[in-house]
Amino acid sequence: MLYLYDGALDVPKILKEWYEQEGGSNYGAYIPFVGTVRDEDGIEGLSFDIYEPILNSWFDAWQERAKERGAVIKMAHSRGDVLLHESSYIAAVFSPKRRVALEFIDEFVEDFKASAPIWKYDLKGGKRIYALERSTAIKGSGILK
Amino acid sequence: MVRVEFLGPIQKAPLELEITNLNELAKILQGDEEMRQWLENSAVAVNDVLVSSRDFALKDGDRVALLPPVCGG
Repeated sequence: MLYLYDGALDVPKILKEWYEQEGGSNYGAYIPFVGTVRDEDGIEGLSFDIYEPILNSWFDAWQERAKERGAVIKMAHSRGDVLLHESSYIAAVFSPKRRVALEFIDEFVEDFKASAPIWKYDLKGGKRIYALERSTAIKGSGILK
Repeated sequence: MVRVEFLGPIQKAPLELEITNLNELAKILQGDEEMRQWLENSAVAVNDVLVSSRDFALKDGDRVALLPPVCGG
């Protein structure tokens, strides 16, 4: 389950919805990761572009991997601007026992950072500046150089 | 005709090109001064599937996308 929102995420609402969605699913563990915009380097916030077709197929492949281990993944992400101390990202894994969810959330978030087609910009001085130095080239990049 | 789109921070309008493979696209984009920096670090998708080699045939109606470095979260 992948959820995209315009602007900041309503974290308590989303976590509650997910908790309730799986309330009767007999999962013993629910492990969420929430990403919040920090006040650093003089930014006013962050902004995001998303390419949904490839994000959807990337997420579906991870959901299949989770299913093989008896788990389910949920993810929410913002489009557009998210200001300081607001949240732009939530990932969560539900699994029968805690070990699978703890391992899976780590693997999933790492690959999300390296592969999900989302572009981050710093909001600074009224400008939207691509965060190239914090970005990662997708595996297989550079074939046209 | 193949449509080529530039995603995220690449500030370039889509192109409609008569090309039959990614090698031809590479030659065209290498001649574009503003694109050179992006060719180094961008991934390529054809019809929304990432490809790993430029020896890749294209047919009429295909959509190619260039994906620069990512940073979600």
